[in-house]
Amino acid sequence: MTSHRLTPALLKSQHLLGISDLSPLEIPALLDLAETYVEVNRGSEKRHAILTGLTQVNLFFEASTRTQSSFEIAGKRLGADVMNMAVSTSSISKGETVLDTAMTINAMHPDFLVVRHQSSGTAELLAQKVSCAVINGGDGQHEHPTQALLDALTIRRHFGMLEGLTVAICGDVLHSRVARSNIHLLNKMGVHVRVVAPSTLLPSGIANFGVEVFTDMRKGLEGADVVMMLRLQLERMSGAFVPSQREYYHFYGLTEEKLACAKPGALVMHPGPMNRGVEIDSSVADGAQSVIREQVEMGVAVRMAVLDALSRNGQNGGQR
Amino acid sequence: MTGRTTSKRRAWINAQIISPAQGLHGLGGILVDDGWILAVGPHVTRNMVGAGTEISDCKGKLLIPGLIDMHVTTGEPGTEYRETLASASEAAAAGGVTTIIVQPNTQPVIDDAAIVDYVLRRARDTAMVRVAPMAAITKGLNGELMSEIGLVKAAGAVAVTDATRSVANANMFRRALMYARDFDMLVVQHVEEPALSSGVMNGGEMASRLGLSGISDMAEVIMLERDLRIVEMTGARYHAAQISCAQSVEVMRAAKARGLPVTCGVSVHHLVLNENDIGAYRTFFKLSPPLRSETQRCALVAALADKTIDVIVSGHNPQSDDTKRLPFAEAAYGAIGLETLLSAALQLYHNENISLERLVEAMSHKPAKMLGLETGRLAAGAPADFVIVDPHLNWKVEAASLCSRSKNTTFEDRTLEGRAVETVVAGRSVYNYAP
Repeated sequence: MTSHRLTPALLKSQHLLGISDLSPLEIPALLDLAETYVEVNRGSEKRHAILTGLTQVNLFFEASTRTQSSFEIAGKRLGADVMNMAVSTSSISKGETVLDTAMTINAMHPDFLVVRHQSSGTAELLAQKVSCAVINGGDGQHEHPTQALLDALTIRRHFGMLEGLTVAICGDVLHSRVARSNIHLLNKMGVHVRVVAPSTLLPSGIANFGVEVFTDMRKGLEGADVVMMLRLQLERMSGAFVPSQREYYHFYGLTEEKLACAKPGALVMHPGPMNRGVEIDSSVADGAQSVIREQVEMGVAVRMAVLDALSRNGQNGGQR
Repeated sequence: MTGRTTSKRRAWINAQIISPAQGLHGLGGILVDDGWILAVGPHVTRNMVGAGTEISDCKGKLLIPGLIDMHVTTGEPGTEYRETLASASEAAAAGGVTTIIVQPNTQPVIDDAAIVDYVLRRARDTAMVRVAPMAAITKGLNGELMSEIGLVKAAGAVAVTDATRSVANANMFRRALMYARDFDMLVVQHVEEPALSSGVMNGGEMASRLGLSGISDMAEVIMLERDLRIVEMTGARYHAAQISCAQSVEVMRAAKARGLPVTCGVSVHHLVLNENDIGAYRTFFKLSPPLRSETQRCALVAALADKTIDVIVSGHNPQSDDTKRLPFAEAAYGAIGLETLLSAALQLYHNENISLERLVEAMSHKPAKMLGLETGRLAAGAPADFVIVDPHLNWKVEAASLCSRSKNTTFEDRTLEGRAVETVVAGRSVYNYAP
């Protein structure tokens, strides 16, 4: 597909399905590449032509604002033709299986398929069947690799490195693919990872992921360089996993007072969309330590880097 | 509670002091100042306390830590005609009970920090003994959604329980135990599988002869065994509110041997009565869990002696004539018990089944420890909550003279041996027996 370009391959794999597949060398290489796109995106001429002639299909089975638009902008800035499949109006709503939908799209010879699905393992399943590069835009409670990469980029830009930092991931770890991808990535990069949540929101065996587990938020934040909040879906805090919103806010909501337990100037992150006044207080979300909007900016750069890197993988170029 | 403190020094001397946790067993006295114990032991004598201290001579009677009754139902808020916090506290004081732990099955249910706060404030203003509430495990006691365990604990609830209901949904109960463990909150369960509990008395020959539907002891054992598996998985502190049969004893014994953080209680009714007491459909003997056979009762007494059973409760449950003067199957469950708890338990001592030390441990020291209370011990620096007991005083239980608003006692017109003759809460004498 891009055999005319003389850029070195960055990734061993043809797909980006999860952070757990990436090596500790591939991650910084992707982040370095993303850095170059941060500069591009801040300039006046944002368009590049490296993906000219390539087709990117965004296949989102779950509602998404930032991830889908971020992938769309990333593809367009690199010159690809980007199509968003609106699942609600597609054949999926007529009973077609995920695989049939993907195969149908595959027959139209796209080069990238960005997929988000509510079931863990969907990206993996499609990657086995289609001939284009599959990028996991979030699968169930499994992985969300580009979110972890953009979080890492945000952190690295602030501290200059990742190794040796302490990151506290707080909230609904049980249902979070963001948490899992971040744990994998940060561990590979030598970061001390903590998870902070009530036991009802922690997956079983989480301690074996290489993290320190805290159920007391103040203790969990002590000495942290980064406080990474997770979204808690409203229906999960009416008694099933957590008694109520107000109890959750009281014990696990990030307030200025709890943030003071972390290191002075610790970064506050959130993958969005936020529940203000539930998992994070507005004064913190909008405060000086918050890098939440910067995360969104880094998201575009990281996704450009991922598309760029995968396009260098010539393995399938001939087949297309 | 009114007048909890007094600035005047008082001493009780010449008493047979029993407080096993402090190794006290013998003649001595107790010196109290401003609601707190200043000194206790054989050295506290008339000469030691000196002039200016008001002295009571106990004349060799027993002096034990005030009883802590972990299972008390009142009608406040909601059904005050049955019992208020004030009337329950009077009954408690008369029975030597200095702390009552009230159940959350009131109207509204105690499942919210504001209601915990309400109960504590009402108790402060109207009750003469200490009161602490348990809050609900699930909202509205409906077994479906967790209540605010962290906030109710912060408000002063000492444990969570769904009172007379078991949390039947195993997944819900698992999550509640996980969550409670994060807050080191004790979870108290009424152990009875609802699907097996449609009867009205102990299942077996007696029920069949009376033509009443029975509740098998299996209903209790199945729920208990399930719960213990969940405890093993979650590591939460768990207490079976009342067990009633030998098989539950065996299950508890094995769980404790495995090192699980579990405890259990028994009501004094189940230690001194059995299903035969129901006689001619006497509804005051309709209890939950039901009174079982004599064999089962003996197993419970033995389990209390060997500490497999941790605490004795009254199971105090006031019911009016309207809910008790009914055909047995239609009558409400429950009997009052605050005023007779100590006297009934002393029967076990008189029968040489259980030592006084063990009774004190099971009715005062152990519940305090489980609930994180400062009371339940006689030691310098502890709150001055204790009881003077005449173990041989015979008294007749007469409905009219009971303090409780409801009169559904299983001991009506019986003569019991031994009772509290003086009850002291926070250094203040709140009850003196007058025959």
